[in-house]
Amino acid sequence: MLKSFAVENIKIVTDGGQPISEKELSKWQYTIYPDGRNLPEGEGTALQGKAIYNAQCMACHGESGNNGIGPRLVGKQGYQNNSKNVLMTMSVGAWPHATTIFDYIRRAMPHYAPKSLTDEQVYALTAYILNLNGLIAKDEKLDNVALSKIQMPNESIAINMWEQEVNTQK
Amino acid sequence: MDIKKTKLNENYDINRRKFLFGGATLASVAVTSALSFKSKAETLSLDIPQHMQTPGTQSAEYGVPSKYEVDVKRKMENFYQSAIFTGGLTPLDKLNGVITPSGLHFSIHHNGIPEISSEKHELLVHGHVDKALKWSVNTLLNYPMVSKIQFLECAGNSAANAVADSPVDGSCTSIHGQVSCSEWTGVPLKYLLDEVGVKPNGKWVMCEGADGGSHVRNVPLQKLYDDAIIALYQNGERVRPDQGYPMRLFLPGYEGNMNVKWIHRMEISDIPSQSKDEQSLYAEYTRDNKLHQFTFHMEVKSIITKPSGQQQLPNKGLYEISGLAWSGRGKIKMVEISVDGGKNWQVAELEGFTMDKSFTRFRIPWQWRGEKSILMSRATDEFGNRQPTRSEWKSKFSDFTINHFNAINAWEISKNGKVSNTYV
Repeated sequence: MLKSFAVENIKIVTDGGQPISEKELSKWQYTIYPDGRNLPEGEGTALQGKAIYNAQCMACHGESGNNGIGPRLVGKQGYQNNSKNVLMTMSVGAWPHATTIFDYIRRAMPHYAPKSLTDEQVYALTAYILNLNGLIAKDEKLDNVALSKIQMPNESIAINMWEQEVNTQK
Repeated sequence: MDIKKTKLNENYDINRRKFLFGGATLASVAVTSALSFKSKAETLSLDIPQHMQTPGTQSAEYGVPSKYEVDVKRKMENFYQSAIFTGGLTPLDKLNGVITPSGLHFSIHHNGIPEISSEKHELLVHGHVDKALKWSVNTLLNYPMVSKIQFLECAGNSAANAVADSPVDGSCTSIHGQVSCSEWTGVPLKYLLDEVGVKPNGKWVMCEGADGGSHVRNVPLQKLYDDAIIALYQNGERVRPDQGYPMRLFLPGYEGNMNVKWIHRMEISDIPSQSKDEQSLYAEYTRDNKLHQFTFHMEVKSIITKPSGQQQLPNKGLYEISGLAWSGRGKIKMVEISVDGGKNWQVAELEGFTMDKSFTRFRIPWQWRGEKSILMSRATDEFGNRQPTRSEWKSKFSDFTINHFNAINAWEISKNGKVSNTYV
């Protein structure tokens, strides 16, 4: 008698993956987590950041970080100057996490030349944006320790809706 | 040859047999036929189109639409006046059925489309795993795969209707074109996750694309084990560059932005990394001043594609109201249509199979007698989720929140048949 061959009964085990060497893994450790995980060595101040900003960022983000054609870096969320441009209602100053500023500049900015900045330049620019938002002083050294301690104003209003939904279902 | 006036196919068979076996040339058959059916002076070629009088051309190796359909194309957009952050919207009002042709699938690129070789691209999975592994494209092409017809929608689709004080004068494409539906085929993530062996504290996965800006979205491990795939094929052929060649992450029913194109690295962790897009562009401010992060599902929604914005009904008479409905949580259960601004509703016919997290096409005949009408569609999914009204949606969110606008949409038809976007 022919035994049935139900697909559900077949457990598929694939094995084509190749190991990744430690050396290769070490080049992929640049994702910054909100607790400061993966922040590299280095430091910068807002004063240092201003010079880099004026040279490489101002053209899109504006002289004061809230008056350019690119995304707004400074201020609270909301409509700006009676303009109904909804993309400009968002601001980096309204982000829940400061570590994301470092993470994003390092991987993606400037938009036209991503990954062209050094870690120290990224610390300096992060410091400058935090300073423009009134969150650190212009000569305050920002390094991995200091950055992981910065509290953004909107962190307390942020809700993880996924976890809330999952917890409600339980 | 004596040709009797019998049925056309019988004549053809008789003639053909004689032609094939009787050694008659094409010319003599034609002449004989002409003599039998017509008078000597007339030929068939009088007064019929040129293309019926001449042999045609060959098909191309990779076919394209007729040149007469050149207006059916994506509507291009720039965000922040950038030449890098651009998009193309699907001309929903010009299409039919539920499949969006790959060349018309909406696409938005925050960092432009990268040029990636299939030979060199690898997918890495590492982090809280027993063994960090990577796969070449060729390896994955030989893995077991699944195919499903599913929609993909941008979280910011229909944003104009979410925030504009007065309804914008737009087409179905310009307002709602950031949604499409294709057959996506690829390798279920669970095979790859089982291969690496996820550690007990693994809960979130940082998914990174190989574009210039290294686009990142964090995805719960639960979703990856559920119905997520590494998509390698779209509508039967390999995924195209503007849809993620050589591979994209496909998360059925989730925000478009999370379906990471050109995916190359997945880092398994205990917490989300809080990427740039998760801070504001894909988070919603509520009316009571909370910031909703990680709202993944595209909720139940429908759009009437015909008649739709900026179209013109030529005359009074019978029309078919047709459109699309979808839900990021499951199948569409019902679509209701109103032609009087929401006072009365009628159930529309749903075409074909209603598929999970896919477009479903609805149709309903409508007699237009030349009166001003307001057409609306209201979808309900299999879990009882129903589209809210615009006021209901607005009451929950801040004035400038654009994401996840799934409220009931309305098209006004004026007495002279002009269709325009409106609010009810």
